[in-house]
Amino acid sequence: MTTLTEKALNESVRPWTRHEMAARLAQDISDGWFVNLGIGIPTLVANYVGDDKEVIFHSENGVIGIGPAPGEDDIEPWLINAGKQYITLKQGGSYVHHADSFAMIRGGHLDLCVLGAYDVSKTGDIANWALSETDTAPAVGGAMDLAVGAKRLWVLMEHTTKDGKPRLMNQCAYPLTASGTVSRVYTNLAVLDITEAGFRVMDMAPGVSREYLQERTEAELSF
Amino acid sequence: MISKFVNSVAQALEGVQDGSTILLGGFGAVGQSVHLIEGLIEQGAKDLTIVANNAGYGRVGLARLLEAGRVRRLICSFPRIAGSTIFENLYKAGKIELELVPQGTLAERMRAAGAGIPAFYTPTGVNTLLSKNKEIREYHGRKYVLEEALQGDVALIEAWQADRWGNLTYKQSGRNFNPVCAMAAKLTIAQTQHTAELGELDPEAIVTPGVFVDRVLHLPYGSPQL
Repeated sequence: MTTLTEKALNESVRPWTRHEMAARLAQDISDGWFVNLGIGIPTLVANYVGDDKEVIFHSENGVIGIGPAPGEDDIEPWLINAGKQYITLKQGGSYVHHADSFAMIRGGHLDLCVLGAYDVSKTGDIANWALSETDTAPAVGGAMDLAVGAKRLWVLMEHTTKDGKPRLMNQCAYPLTASGTVSRVYTNLAVLDITEAGFRVMDMAPGVSREYLQERTEAELSF
Repeated sequence: MISKFVNSVAQALEGVQDGSTILLGGFGAVGQSVHLIEGLIEQGAKDLTIVANNAGYGRVGLARLLEAGRVRRLICSFPRIAGSTIFENLYKAGKIELELVPQGTLAERMRAAGAGIPAFYTPTGVNTLLSKNKEIREYHGRKYVLEEALQGDVALIEAWQADRWGNLTYKQSGRNFNPVCAMAAKLTIAQTQHTAELGELDPEAIVTPGVFVDRVLHLPYGSPQL
Protein backbone atom coordinates (compact mmCIF):
# COMPACT_ATOMS: atom_id res chain seq x y z
CA MET A 1 0.00 0.00 0.00
CA THR A 2 1.15 3.47 -0.79
CA THR A 3 1.67 5.52 2.32
CA LEU A 4 0.54 9.12 2.56
CA THR A 5 4.13 10.34 2.43
CA GLU A 6 4.84 8.32 -0.73
CA LYS A 7 1.66 9.65 -2.30
CA ALA A 8 2.66 13.21 -1.53
CA LEU A 9 6.12 12.56 -2.97
CA ASN A 10 4.70 10.97 -6.16
CA GLU A 11 2.42 13.94 -6.66
CA SER A 12 5.42 16.21 -6.74
CA VAL A 13 6.83 14.31 -9.76
CA ARG A 14 6.83 16.39 -12.91
CA PRO A 15 7.70 14.09 -15.85
CA TRP A 16 9.18 15.80 -18.88
CA THR A 17 6.78 16.31 -21.77
CA ARG A 18 7.72 14.97 -25.22
CA HIS A 19 8.92 18.41 -26.21
CA GLU A 20 10.97 18.72 -23.02
CA MET A 21 12.50 15.28 -23.66
CA ALA A 22 13.46 16.36 -27.17
CA ALA A 23 14.87 19.64 -25.82
CA ARG A 24 16.83 17.80 -23.12
CA LEU A 25 18.43 15.55 -25.73
CA ALA A 26 19.14 18.46 -28.07
CA GLN A 27 21.28 20.08 -25.33
CA ASP A 28 23.71 17.17 -25.61
CA ILE A 29 24.24 17.39 -29.38
CA SER A 30 27.56 18.99 -30.29
CA ASP A 31 28.27 21.66 -32.85
CA GLY A 32 29.19 20.13 -36.20
CA TRP A 33 27.56 16.71 -35.75
CA PHE A 34 25.83 14.79 -38.55
CA VAL A 35 22.62 13.44 -37.06
CA ASN A 36 19.81 11.14 -38.16
CA LEU A 37 16.51 11.47 -36.29
CA GLY A 38 14.08 8.54 -36.31
CA ILE A 39 10.38 8.89 -36.98
CA GLY A 40 8.13 10.03 -34.09
CA ILE A 41 9.36 11.89 -30.97
CA PRO A 42 12.99 11.92 -32.23
CA THR A 43 11.93 14.18 -35.12
CA LEU A 44 11.07 16.89 -32.54
CA VAL A 45 14.74 17.15 -31.56
CA ALA A 46 15.54 19.28 -34.63
CA ASN A 47 13.32 22.07 -33.26
CA TYR A 48 15.46 22.39 -30.13
CA VAL A 49 18.99 22.61 -31.47
CA GLY A 50 20.00 26.19 -30.72
CA ASP A 51 21.26 28.66 -33.32
CA ASP A 52 24.63 28.61 -31.57
CA LYS A 53 25.24 25.15 -33.06
CA GLU A 54 25.52 24.03 -36.67
CA VAL A 55 24.07 20.51 -36.81
CA ILE A 56 23.48 18.69 -40.10
CA PHE A 57 20.46 16.42 -40.28
CA HIS A 58 20.50 13.37 -42.57
CA SER A 59 17.51 11.47 -43.90
CA GLU A 60 17.64 7.84 -45.11
CA ASN A 61 16.15 8.72 -48.49
CA GLY A 62 19.27 10.58 -49.48
CA VAL A 63 18.98 14.09 -48.05
CA ILE A 64 21.84 15.68 -46.12
CA GLY A 65 21.20 19.08 -44.56
CA ILE A 66 17.48 19.13 -43.78
CA GLY A 67 16.10 22.60 -42.98
CA PRO A 68 12.86 23.65 -41.30
CA ALA A 69 9.48 22.41 -42.56
CA PRO A 70 8.28 24.45 -45.58
CA GLY A 71 5.35 26.85 -45.53
CA GLU A 72 2.37 25.70 -47.60
CA ASP A 73 3.42 27.84 -50.55
CA ASP A 74 7.04 26.66 -50.48
CA ILE A 75 6.43 22.91 -50.76
CA GLU A 76 8.74 21.08 -53.16
CA PRO A 77 6.84 17.91 -54.15
CA TRP A 78 10.04 15.84 -54.62
CA LEU A 79 11.61 16.87 -51.33
CA ILE A 80 10.56 14.62 -48.45
CA ASN A 81 12.12 12.98 -45.39
CA ALA A 82 12.09 9.33 -44.32
CA GLY A 83 8.73 9.94 -42.61
CA LYS A 84 7.45 11.08 -46.03
CA GLN A 85 6.83 14.63 -44.82
CA TYR A 86 7.75 17.68 -46.91
CA ILE A 87 11.04 19.27 -45.89
CA THR A 88 13.45 21.95 -47.06
CA LEU A 89 17.16 21.76 -47.82
CA LYS A 90 19.61 24.04 -46.03
CA GLN A 91 22.34 25.94 -47.84
CA GLY A 92 25.18 23.47 -48.21
CA GLY A 93 22.77 20.54 -48.35
CA SER A 94 23.05 17.72 -50.88
CA TYR A 95 21.27 14.70 -52.35
CA VAL A 96 22.62 11.17 -52.72
CA HIS A 97 21.12 7.85 -53.80
CA HIS A 98 19.97 5.21 -51.34
CA ALA A 99 23.12 3.07 -51.35
CA ASP A 100 25.28 6.12 -50.60
CA SER A 101 22.83 7.32 -47.97
CA PHE A 102 23.08 3.98 -46.19
CA ALA A 103 26.84 3.87 -46.70
CA MET A 104 26.87 7.01 -44.52
CA ILE A 105 24.80 5.16 -41.93
CA ARG A 106 26.44 1.72 -42.09
CA GLY A 107 29.94 3.06 -42.62
CA GLY A 108 29.95 4.92 -39.31
CA HIS A 109 29.89 8.43 -40.79
CA LEU A 110 26.99 9.77 -38.72
CA ASP A 111 27.87 11.12 -35.27
CA LEU A 112 24.48 10.35 -33.79
CA CYS A 113 21.26 8.52 -34.46
CA VAL A 114 18.20 9.04 -32.27
CA LEU A 115 15.54 6.32 -32.34
CA GLY A 116 12.35 5.50 -30.48
CA ALA A 117 12.01 2.00 -28.98
CA TYR A 118 9.63 -0.50 -27.39
CA ASP A 119 12.33 -1.46 -24.92
CA VAL A 120 16.06 -1.24 -24.25
CA SER A 121 18.24 -3.63 -22.23
CA LYS A 122 20.97 -2.90 -19.71
CA THR A 123 23.53 -4.16 -22.24
CA GLY A 124 22.38 -1.72 -24.91
CA ASP A 125 20.09 -3.99 -26.92
CA ILE A 126 17.25 -2.19 -28.67
CA ALA A 127 13.86 -3.48 -29.84
CA ASN A 128 11.83 -1.13 -31.99
CA TRP A 129 10.61 -2.82 -35.17
CA ALA A 130 8.30 -5.75 -34.43
CA LEU A 131 5.80 -6.55 -31.71
CA SER A 132 6.24 -10.31 -31.93
CA GLU A 133 8.05 -13.04 -33.85
CA THR A 134 4.87 -13.60 -35.84
CA ASP A 135 3.97 -9.98 -36.53
CA THR A 136 1.09 -9.96 -39.02
CA ALA A 137 2.45 -6.93 -40.87
CA PRO A 138 6.20 -6.81 -40.28
CA ALA A 139 8.10 -3.76 -41.51
CA VAL A 140 11.69 -2.82 -40.66
CA GLY A 141 12.65 0.15 -42.85
CA GLY A 142 16.08 1.54 -41.95
CA ALA A 143 15.89 0.79 -38.21
CA MET A 144 18.42 -2.06 -38.18
CA ASP A 145 20.92 -0.10 -40.29
CA LEU A 146 20.64 2.99 -38.12
CA ALA A 147 20.89 0.97 -34.92
CA VAL A 148 24.26 -0.57 -35.85
CA GLY A 149 25.84 2.12 -37.94
CA ALA A 150 25.97 5.51 -36.23
CA LYS A 151 28.86 6.44 -33.93
CA ARG A 152 26.34 6.93 -31.12
CA LEU A 153 22.83 5.54 -30.72
CA TRP A 154 20.59 7.38 -28.29
CA VAL A 155 17.04 6.25 -27.58
CA LEU A 156 14.24 8.69 -26.85
CA MET A 157 11.12 7.08 -25.34
CA GLU A 158 8.63 7.05 -22.46
CA HIS A 159 10.07 5.40 -19.34
CA THR A 160 7.18 2.91 -19.09
CA THR A 161 4.34 1.64 -21.30
CA LYS A 162 0.89 3.23 -21.05
CA ASP A 163 0.02 0.47 -18.55
CA GLY A 164 3.04 1.37 -16.42
CA LYS A 165 5.18 -1.64 -17.44
CA PRO A 166 8.91 -1.01 -17.47
CA ARG A 167 10.82 -0.57 -20.73
CA LEU A 168 14.37 -0.44 -19.38
CA MET A 169 14.98 -4.14 -19.05
CA ASN A 170 17.49 -6.81 -18.11
CA GLN A 171 16.65 -8.33 -21.52
CA CYS A 172 14.42 -6.97 -24.26
CA ALA A 173 10.97 -8.54 -24.41
CA TYR A 174 10.40 -7.67 -28.09
CA PRO A 175 12.36 -8.92 -31.14
CA LEU A 176 15.74 -7.18 -31.32
CA THR A 177 16.65 -4.46 -33.78
CA ALA A 178 20.32 -4.58 -32.78
CA SER A 179 22.33 -5.77 -29.81
CA GLY A 180 24.66 -3.82 -27.61
CA THR A 181 24.55 -0.55 -29.55
CA VAL A 182 22.53 1.89 -27.41
CA SER A 183 24.74 4.20 -25.36
CA ARG A 184 22.17 6.53 -23.78
CA VAL A 185 18.43 6.67 -23.10
CA TYR A 186 16.32 9.80 -22.65
CA THR A 187 12.91 9.16 -21.05
CA ASN A 188 10.20 11.35 -19.57
CA LEU A 189 11.69 10.58 -16.13
CA ALA A 190 15.46 10.45 -16.57
CA VAL A 191 18.59 10.45 -18.71
CA LEU A 192 20.55 7.21 -18.38
CA ASP A 193 23.90 6.13 -19.76
CA ILE A 194 24.46 2.48 -20.59
CA THR A 195 27.75 1.43 -19.03
CA GLU A 196 29.49 -1.90 -18.49
CA ALA A 197 27.62 -2.02 -15.17
CA GLY A 198 24.21 -1.34 -16.76
CA PHE A 199 21.99 1.76 -16.57
CA ARG A 200 23.57 4.72 -14.84
CA VAL A 201 21.29 7.67 -14.09
CA MET A 202 22.74 10.99 -15.26
CA ASP A 203 19.73 13.27 -14.76
CA MET A 204 16.18 13.02 -13.45
CA ALA A 205 12.97 15.00 -14.16
CA PRO A 206 11.81 17.38 -11.39
CA GLY A 207 10.53 15.59 -8.29
CA VAL A 208 11.67 12.11 -9.38
CA SER A 209 13.40 10.22 -6.55
CA ARG A 210 15.80 7.29 -6.92
CA GLU A 211 13.15 4.95 -5.45
CA TYR A 212 10.43 6.26 -7.77
CA LEU A 213 12.67 5.67 -10.81
CA GLN A 214 13.81 2.20 -9.71
CA GLU A 215 10.20 1.09 -9.11
CA ARG A 216 9.47 1.86 -12.77
CA THR A 217 12.59 0.14 -14.14
CA GLU A 218 13.17 -3.60 -14.43
CA ALA A 219 16.98 -3.42 -14.58
CA GLU A 220 18.92 -2.29 -11.55
CA LEU A 221 19.94 1.37 -11.69
CA SER A 222 23.11 2.97 -10.43
CA PHE A 223 23.37 6.63 -9.55
CA MET B 1 23.20 6.25 -83.78
CA ILE B 2 22.09 5.48 -80.27
CA SER B 3 18.54 6.32 -79.35
CA LYS B 4 17.05 4.74 -76.29
CA PHE B 5 13.77 6.63 -76.55
CA VAL B 6 10.64 4.56 -77.00
CA ASN B 7 7.21 5.96 -77.83
CA SER B 8 4.75 4.17 -75.60
CA VAL B 9 4.37 2.29 -72.36
CA ALA B 10 3.72 -0.87 -74.38
CA GLN B 11 7.00 -0.42 -76.29
CA ALA B 12 8.84 0.32 -73.05
CA LEU B 13 7.64 -2.91 -71.44
CA GLU B 14 7.98 -5.17 -74.48
CA GLY B 15 9.39 -8.57 -73.64
CA VAL B 16 8.89 -8.50 -69.85
CA GLN B 17 8.41 -12.18 -69.01
CA ASP B 18 6.23 -14.01 -66.53
CA GLY B 19 8.20 -14.84 -63.38
CA SER B 20 10.54 -11.84 -63.76
CA THR B 21 12.22 -10.09 -60.85
CA ILE B 22 11.41 -6.41 -61.20
CA LEU B 23 13.25 -3.67 -59.29
CA LEU B 24 11.26 -0.52 -58.57
CA GLY B 25 12.82 2.81 -57.72
CA GLY B 26 10.97 5.22 -55.48
CA PHE B 27 10.49 5.99 -51.82
CA GLY B 28 6.76 6.16 -51.21
CA ALA B 29 5.32 8.20 -54.06
CA VAL B 30 8.50 10.16 -54.72
CA GLY B 31 10.57 8.83 -57.60
CA GLN B 32 8.32 5.89 -58.42
CA SER B 33 7.36 5.32 -62.02
CA VAL B 34 3.60 4.85 -61.71
CA HIS B 35 2.88 4.63 -65.45
CA LEU B 36 5.41 1.88 -66.11
CA ILE B 37 4.24 -0.13 -63.11
CA GLU B 38 0.59 0.18 -64.10
CA GLY B 39 1.64 -0.63 -67.67
CA LEU B 40 2.55 -4.11 -66.43
CA ILE B 41 -1.12 -4.75 -65.76
CA GLU B 42 -1.98 -4.33 -69.43
CA GLN B 43 1.29 -5.91 -70.59
CA GLY B 44 0.19 -9.03 -68.75
CA ALA B 45 3.33 -10.35 -67.01
CA LYS B 46 2.42 -12.43 -63.98
CA ASP B 47 4.02 -14.44 -61.19
CA LEU B 48 6.34 -11.50 -60.59
CA THR B 49 8.87 -10.90 -57.84
CA ILE B 50 8.81 -7.19 -57.01
CA VAL B 51 11.67 -5.48 -55.20
CA ALA B 52 10.69 -2.13 -53.69
CA ASN B 53 11.10 -0.16 -50.49
CA ASN B 54 7.35 0.12 -49.84
CA ALA B 55 4.34 -1.90 -50.94
CA GLY B 56 3.15 1.04 -53.03
CA TYR B 57 1.00 3.95 -51.97
CA GLY B 58 -2.66 4.89 -52.29
CA ARG B 59 -4.47 2.80 -54.89
CA VAL B 60 -2.15 3.39 -57.83
CA GLY B 61 1.01 1.82 -59.28
CA LEU B 62 2.31 -1.10 -57.22
CA ALA B 63 -0.84 -1.14 -55.09
CA ARG B 64 -2.86 -1.79 -58.27
CA LEU B 65 -0.43 -4.41 -59.53
CA LEU B 66 -0.69 -6.22 -56.19
CA GLU B 67 -4.47 -5.99 -56.25
CA ALA B 68 -4.47 -7.44 -59.77
CA GLY B 69 -2.77 -10.55 -58.37
CA ARG B 70 0.35 -10.31 -60.55
CA VAL B 71 2.88 -10.42 -57.74
CA ARG B 72 3.96 -13.72 -56.22
CA ARG B 73 6.68 -12.37 -53.97
CA LEU B 74 7.62 -9.00 -52.54
CA ILE B 75 11.16 -8.15 -51.40
CA CYS B 76 10.75 -5.05 -49.33
CA SER B 77 11.93 -3.08 -46.29
CA PHE B 78 8.71 -1.36 -45.29
CA PRO B 79 5.74 -3.23 -46.80
CA ARG B 80 3.04 -0.77 -45.92
CA ILE B 81 0.79 1.20 -48.22
CA ALA B 82 -0.17 4.65 -46.98
CA GLY B 83 -3.94 4.84 -47.22
CA SER B 84 -4.74 1.22 -48.11
CA THR B 85 -4.61 -2.33 -46.75
CA ILE B 86 -4.13 -4.09 -50.10
CA PHE B 87 -0.78 -5.63 -49.19
CA GLU B 88 -1.77 -6.46 -45.63
CA ASN B 89 -4.87 -8.33 -46.80
CA LEU B 90 -2.96 -10.34 -49.41
CA TYR B 91 -0.24 -11.19 -46.88
CA LYS B 92 -2.66 -12.25 -44.15
CA ALA B 93 -4.55 -14.39 -46.67
CA GLY B 94 -1.28 -16.12 -47.64
CA LYS B 95 -1.57 -14.91 -51.24
CA ILE B 96 1.84 -13.26 -51.37
CA GLU B 97 5.29 -14.13 -50.07
CA LEU B 98 7.28 -11.49 -48.25
CA GLU B 99 11.05 -11.25 -47.86
CA LEU B 100 11.67 -8.48 -45.36
CA VAL B 101 15.06 -6.78 -45.84
CA PRO B 102 16.58 -3.87 -43.88
CA GLN B 103 16.52 -0.77 -46.07
CA GLY B 104 20.28 -0.33 -46.30
CA THR B 105 20.78 -4.02 -47.04
CA LEU B 106 18.16 -3.76 -49.79
CA ALA B 107 20.00 -0.85 -51.43
CA GLU B 108 23.42 -2.48 -50.99
CA ARG B 109 22.26 -5.86 -52.36
CA MET B 110 21.22 -4.10 -55.57
CA ARG B 111 24.38 -1.99 -55.69
CA ALA B 112 26.42 -5.18 -55.25
CA ALA B 113 24.56 -6.87 -58.12
CA GLY B 114 25.29 -3.87 -60.31
CA ALA B 115 28.96 -3.91 -59.34
CA GLY B 116 29.53 -7.63 -59.90
CA ILE B 117 29.80 -8.47 -56.21
CA PRO B 118 27.94 -11.73 -55.44
CA ALA B 119 27.63 -11.23 -51.67
CA PHE B 120 28.92 -9.08 -48.83
CA TYR B 121 29.09 -9.01 -45.03
CA THR B 122 27.24 -6.35 -43.05
CA PRO B 123 26.62 -5.76 -39.33
CA THR B 124 22.97 -4.84 -40.05
CA GLY B 125 20.59 -7.50 -38.77
CA VAL B 126 23.08 -9.50 -36.69
CA ASN B 127 21.36 -11.11 -33.64
CA THR B 128 17.91 -10.41 -35.12
CA LEU B 129 15.16 -12.46 -36.74
CA LEU B 130 16.26 -11.16 -40.15
CA SER B 131 19.62 -12.93 -40.02
CA LYS B 132 18.18 -16.32 -39.06
CA ASN B 133 19.80 -19.16 -41.02
CA LYS B 134 22.31 -16.79 -42.61
CA GLU B 135 26.08 -17.15 -42.38
CA ILE B 136 27.64 -15.06 -39.60
CA ARG B 137 31.34 -14.25 -39.61
CA GLU B 138 33.50 -12.27 -37.22
CA TYR B 139 35.94 -9.60 -38.36
CA HIS B 140 38.01 -7.57 -35.88
CA GLY B 141 35.84 -8.80 -33.00
CA ARG B 142 32.52 -7.78 -34.54
CA LYS B 143 29.85 -10.05 -36.06
CA TYR B 144 28.63 -9.65 -39.63
CA VAL B 145 25.93 -11.40 -41.66
CA LEU B 146 26.40 -12.56 -45.25
CA GLU B 147 23.89 -10.98 -47.65
CA GLU B 148 23.62 -11.88 -51.32
CA ALA B 149 23.43 -9.55 -54.30
CA LEU B 150 19.95 -8.90 -55.65
CA GLN B 151 19.83 -8.79 -59.42
CA GLY B 152 16.73 -7.82 -61.38
CA ASP B 153 15.56 -8.97 -64.77
CA VAL B 154 13.99 -5.54 -65.18
CA ALA B 155 14.23 -2.18 -63.40
CA LEU B 156 11.48 0.41 -63.68
CA ILE B 157 12.78 3.81 -62.67
CA GLU B 158 11.81 7.46 -62.76
CA ALA B 159 14.10 10.24 -63.96
CA TRP B 160 13.82 14.02 -64.14
CA GLN B 161 15.73 14.55 -67.40
CA ALA B 162 17.00 12.10 -69.99
CA ASP B 163 18.86 12.32 -73.31
CA ARG B 164 18.98 9.82 -76.16
CA TRP B 165 21.98 8.01 -74.70
CA GLY B 166 19.94 7.30 -71.58
CA ASN B 167 21.90 9.69 -69.37
CA LEU B 168 19.68 10.58 -66.42
CA THR B 169 19.28 13.26 -63.78
CA TYR B 170 16.91 13.12 -60.84
CA LYS B 171 14.87 15.65 -58.89
CA GLN B 172 15.79 16.18 -55.22
CA SER B 173 14.90 13.16 -53.07
CA GLY B 174 13.34 11.52 -56.15
CA ARG B 175 16.81 10.04 -56.71
CA ASN B 176 16.53 7.51 -53.83
CA PHE B 177 16.64 3.89 -55.10
CA ASN B 178 16.54 4.76 -58.83
CA PRO B 179 20.30 4.83 -59.58
CA VAL B 180 20.88 1.55 -57.70
CA CYS B 181 17.98 -0.20 -59.44
CA ALA B 182 19.27 1.08 -62.79
CA MET B 183 22.64 -0.63 -62.33
CA ALA B 184 21.25 -3.90 -60.96
CA ALA B 185 18.92 -5.04 -63.76
CA LYS B 186 19.48 -6.71 -67.13
CA LEU B 187 16.85 -4.41 -68.70
CA THR B 188 16.50 -0.92 -67.24
CA ILE B 189 13.53 1.16 -68.33
CA ALA B 190 13.21 4.81 -67.31
CA GLN B 191 10.22 7.09 -67.39
CA THR B 192 11.31 10.72 -67.60
CA GLN B 193 9.59 14.01 -66.90
CA HIS B 194 11.78 16.00 -69.33
CA THR B 195 14.05 15.28 -72.26
CA ALA B 196 17.29 16.96 -73.22
CA GLU B 197 19.35 17.12 -76.40
CA LEU B 198 22.59 15.18 -76.30
CA GLY B 199 25.18 17.49 -74.75
CA GLU B 200 22.60 19.61 -72.99
CA LEU B 201 22.86 17.83 -69.63
CA ASP B 202 25.77 19.03 -67.52
CA PRO B 203 28.16 16.03 -67.34
CA GLU B 204 28.76 16.93 -63.68
CA ALA B 205 25.02 16.59 -63.00
CA ILE B 206 24.35 13.25 -64.72
CA VAL B 207 23.78 10.75 -61.92
CA THR B 208 23.01 7.65 -63.97
CA PRO B 209 25.05 7.44 -67.18
CA GLY B 210 23.42 5.76 -70.15
CA VAL B 211 25.50 2.62 -69.77
CA PHE B 212 23.00 1.52 -67.10
CA VAL B 213 19.88 2.41 -69.11
CA ASP B 214 18.23 0.49 -71.96
CA ARG B 215 14.96 2.28 -72.73
CA VAL B 216 13.63 5.76 -71.99
CA LEU B 217 10.00 6.80 -72.16
CA HIS B 218 9.20 10.51 -72.13
CA LEU B 219 5.90 10.63 -70.30
CA PRO B 220 5.53 13.66 -68.01
CA TYR B 221 4.05 12.42 -64.77
CA GLY B 222 3.35 15.62 -62.85
CA SER B 223 4.11 16.01 -59.15
CA PRO B 224 4.11 12.99 -56.84
CA GLN B 225 1.01 12.81 -54.66
CA LEU B 226 1.84 12.08 -51.01
